Amino acid sequence: MEQFGEKIRERARELLETGKVEVFVGYRKGTVPMMNHPVLIRDPGKAEILHWDSHCGLNLCNYLTKRTEKIGVLANGCNSRNMVTHIIENQVKREQLYIVGIPCTGMIDHRAVARAVKGREILAVDEEGEAFTVRGRDFEETFRKKDFLQRNCAVCTHHNPVICDEMIGDPVEEPQGVQAYKDVETVEAMSAEKKWGFFTQLISKCVRCYACRNACPLCYCPTCFVDESRPQWVGKSVHETDTMTFHLLRAYHCAGRCTDCGACERVCPVGIPMRQFTKKLNKDAMEYFSWEPGLSLEERPPLDTYRPDDYNEFVR
Amino acid sequence: MLKGLVEHVGIEPGRLHFSWISSAESTKFVEVAQEVAKAVKELGPAERLVKRRAEVG
Repeated sequence: MEQFGEKIRERARELLETGKVEVFVGYRKGTVPMMNHPVLIRDPGKAEILHWDSHCGLNLCNYLTKRTEKIGVLANGCNSRNMVTHIIENQVKREQLYIVGIPCTGMIDHRAVARAVKGREILAVDEEGEAFTVRGRDFEETFRKKDFLQRNCAVCTHHNPVICDEMIGDPVEEPQGVQAYKDVETVEAMSAEKKWGFFTQLISKCVRCYACRNACPLCYCPTCFVDESRPQWVGKSVHETDTMTFHLLRAYHCAGRCTDCGACERVCPVGIPMRQFTKKLNKDAMEYFSWEPGLSLEERPPLDTYRPDDYNEFVR
Repeated sequence: MLKGLVEHVGIEPGRLHFSWISSAESTKFVEVAQEVAKAVKELGPAERLVKRRAEVG
């Protein structure tokens, strides 16, 4: 992963200098370790701050909408799938984007790393191929990356970009036979009462900060339903019912659109695994409509088309 | 998919019904309404996704 950094900086500089793009969207190193964040670059001289390693878990597609200029953007598998989603939802034009594709081997779960070093303060994280070293004031530990992947990356089957104008490295091999929905199946097997207990427990720590919504590339409405007050669709308290309503609606807005990029879980300040909601929808989209979001520019998503043979056994 | 999600988080199957009834299908409307009422009655009062007024006094 980390070896592509120089190539990204070089290409971004060239693209900006030649005027092929007016702005380049990529990642820069965070002010604290493992917290790289998106950055927009207009000046070719500033391309040197671009950075790429296994801590670039936020989704860049949040920065593509409502722009008029030509945009250069870095895309791994999930980023590119969200670009496809944006294009078919008319949020950005394909011609407006110059997509620099990058093969991805997954992002590191910063919470798992913090747990592994028992909460001690991490001052630096260096990556070398399949391993990474975590350093603090009085400790240094080396871990294997594959043991610390974000949960969505561990079951990812789209590491390479779906669409791109150029590739920065050779595509990586896509894993076969991944069982992505084992956790959903476990919940499906529970009784209604157990399920309710499971999900109530899951969201009990939610502080309604809406970081999950803000980080989600699918959430681009001018006014979100949670912010509206006339009418007020959902209560603003941390009462169990209000919180559950928020999570149900947020998830359902992603039905048939979620690429499982994991940005929502990554940014949650209290570590709620809210992908449990969207994963169920992804599983159903697959089962009922054989649909995986963001793979094709030609097909329409299942929830904005009608076919006479659509699954409808639940309608009386 | 909505029904799937709602039931996945633990709302009892049978509380949420979907039907397509034309304005000309009065008998179907009556049938469906009775079925829904019966199914919901069997489940009893909803306890989940309900917000109660604070009990005072």
